[in-house]
Amino acid sequence: MALPTPLQAFSGVPNTPDDSANHSAKTSVSSSSSIGETMTGAQALVRSLVDLGVEDVFGIPGGYILPAYDAINDDTGFRFILSRHEQAAGHAAEGYAVTTGRVGVCLVTSGPGATNMVTPIADAMMDSVPLVVITGQVNVSSIGTDAFQEADIVGITYPVAKHSFLVTNAEDVPRVLTEAFYIAKSGRPGPVVVDLTKTAQTGEMRYSWPQRMILPGYSPTTKAHGHVLTDAAKLFTTSYRPVLYVGGGAVRSNASREVKQLSELTGAPIVTTLQSRGIVPNADHAVLGMLGMHGTVAATAAVQRCDLLVAIGARFDDRVTGNVAEFAPAARVIHIDIDPAEIGKNRHVDVPIVGDVSQVLDDLIPEIERLQSVHGRPELDSWWKTIDNWRESYPLRYDEPTDGSLAPQWVVEQLSAKASPDTIWVSGVGQHQMWASQIIDFKKTQTWVSSGGLGTMGYGLPAAIGAEIGSQRDFASKKPVWLIDGDGSFQMTSEELAVAFFEHTPLKIAILNNSVYGMVRQWQTLFYDKHYSKTNLEDGLAGEHDESVADIPDFVTLAKAYGCLGIRAFTKEQALEAIDLANATNDRTVIIDFRVWKDAMVWPMVPAGHSNDDVMYKPGVMPLHHTPEQHDTALESNADAADSTTTEKKG
Amino acid sequence: MVNYPISQIGSGRHTLSVLVENRPGVLARVAGLFARRAFNINSLSVSPTERDDISRITVTADVEAVPLEQVIKQLNKLLHVLKIVELDPDNTVERELVLIKVAANERNRSDVLEIVKLFRVRVVDVHPESLTIEATGAGGKLDALLGLLDNYGIIELVRSGAVAVTRGPRALSEKVIGSTVTGR
Repeated sequence: MALPTPLQAFSGVPNTPDDSANHSAKTSVSSSSSIGETMTGAQALVRSLVDLGVEDVFGIPGGYILPAYDAINDDTGFRFILSRHEQAAGHAAEGYAVTTGRVGVCLVTSGPGATNMVTPIADAMMDSVPLVVITGQVNVSSIGTDAFQEADIVGITYPVAKHSFLVTNAEDVPRVLTEAFYIAKSGRPGPVVVDLTKTAQTGEMRYSWPQRMILPGYSPTTKAHGHVLTDAAKLFTTSYRPVLYVGGGAVRSNASREVKQLSELTGAPIVTTLQSRGIVPNADHAVLGMLGMHGTVAATAAVQRCDLLVAIGARFDDRVTGNVAEFAPAARVIHIDIDPAEIGKNRHVDVPIVGDVSQVLDDLIPEIERLQSVHGRPELDSWWKTIDNWRESYPLRYDEPTDGSLAPQWVVEQLSAKASPDTIWVSGVGQHQMWASQIIDFKKTQTWVSSGGLGTMGYGLPAAIGAEIGSQRDFASKKPVWLIDGDGSFQMTSEELAVAFFEHTPLKIAILNNSVYGMVRQWQTLFYDKHYSKTNLEDGLAGEHDESVADIPDFVTLAKAYGCLGIRAFTKEQALEAIDLANATNDRTVIIDFRVWKDAMVWPMVPAGHSNDDVMYKPGVMPLHHTPEQHDTALESNADAADSTTTEKKG
Repeated sequence: MVNYPISQIGSGRHTLSVLVENRPGVLARVAGLFARRAFNINSLSVSPTERDDISRITVTADVEAVPLEQVIKQLNKLLHVLKIVELDPDNTVERELVLIKVAANERNRSDVLEIVKLFRVRVVDVHPESLTIEATGAGGKLDALLGLLDNYGIIELVRSGAVAVTRGPRALSEKVIGSTVTGR
């Protein structure tokens, strides 16, 4: 194994160009071992990526990353996917990482190229997606001089990346990349930035592999130690209303099997966050659905009334907990998380377990079995009776449109019903995202890609492209990709349709086009007196197409412009036909412009900042309140008014 | 529930000692983490240690124990942070340096010098209209000295921020596992 190179990335920037020349000359002499092939830092970068097993790289070239791009040839060992916007390259890498479980890799230039990456970096940070972002940087001698296209991306990304490196010397390239991939993937996964100066790209070095990492301040805990496992197992034997609250960390840890096993062993129901949809198939009786702001009544209620809450790779986000002081008030809490900083951050924890979720569960399950063989398993019949009562009384439902358009929820139902069980589902951010999460019948783990923590509109299309690249790579394209997007969210990154065309990633895109920023409009309806300030998009009227009114954009024409198949659906018959056609089309991207009702709302709902006890099944119905009329809020009266014009349908 | 901003009146004084890799940019990351959490630092001092690959940051802040624990955990997530301890005041030597320029003329100079003598601190500069005093000690002692000198008119003052080290023969850097930082 090669010894660490003496001069580090992140080393001081020399004061003068002269110093820098002498300095690098000296180090390359002193550190050059007899082994290794001589090459430039840029060539070392490409070689390292190949040696790290990278098969797909996303990005856009530019001035200060040109040497690296120059080192990429037709025979380079990875596929390069050229995006049309750096932000999209980042989201594509995220979609790729989520569906394949590998590290997503981006290669972009300095300055604006790098700052365009900040959104996907922050997004990946919030959702713990393993990402390595390589950005170009100006020459070492120009750093700090406001040189053309200089941006201090290391400084910019301090608060939103797991770590960021500045590489000033070619010698450091292979080692820093080794470290970056290890950091991105191990522990709590996250984005790592490698800022590569042009000096480091053009400098000469001797390449050797593998590289020894120098990370004295980094040692993630993966295995639970001490008595915590026994403590946790004991809580299971003395709890009569347990709930497993499963988050995205369980997906990242690939703990689908373990979660199901734990649920079967203890009889505990499973509620999931937005990120972990499908970790156990919806068909499993134990799965109650998503909890929180737009979760099912059964899931939210079960957590509010449980006596044992087992948080598995979940972080008590405020969209989950509502008012955290009133969240699961009677519950003792077991919290399993690989990140010690998450434990006790928002909620007091009775049994904290730091470790990798699947590893911890593998160790915990035998311990529970042991205690159960002594004490038996608690009787959970009455708990399940309560839960099933919630489930039957408050299934997901929606209102029928009054303007002759489609119900967006109905569209999602049909998409789900007609899709292949292997389908990878991707969403943008907004109402459609919540409906997709609520309604799609998830059958497998790692088949749901959505921006949760940051809630990035425009995430959908590039993430779907990344997911499709992943499907081609790992599943021989056997997992089709359906993107459910909103007309607002889709327009934020619609230029990526060009990538879908040139990279031969045939997506199936359902735009739930209500012609408004739907989620914002819902809040305006409920909390801002129906003052629809700046939420109309004018990109799709309901009812048959009126040629005199132009939709901007016309999504069917837009599809055509990018070589995609565009279909518009106003009626149920057209919608079903369009879905069938999309499912049958595998040689190009299909966009279906579903004209849906702009007054459709996402229910159930817990208003922001309220207790989850205030979960509203539909306007005026609060299942966890025994006397709902006493809770006469402005919200209810407004919502009542909205409801009076609609009919009810059981979903 | 953690309640931000977390520096509140009446919170206890805590001293954190943070060992970090001695590299550019590390202090910015540490300080940025405090800033993001609206954590009002009372004093902060940083310098290299007995090992030139390791720097030591001493932070004092008035803060509740629960948010402090969260800040410590977040600091621990920074890759350049090697070790963090919260120093126990009963088992710690804590010192601070202050330079005070006092308005003192021939009429009251002897009074000021009397105070200097009482506190066993030093005069480092004399001018017909001022005296500059160098004082080291724990925060309380310096506060008391400043309180007395205030009567004469303090023209200018600068405090170094606290530095602290535990009593006894052990070094904090011994706890840095796998001391591979050496040789960088």
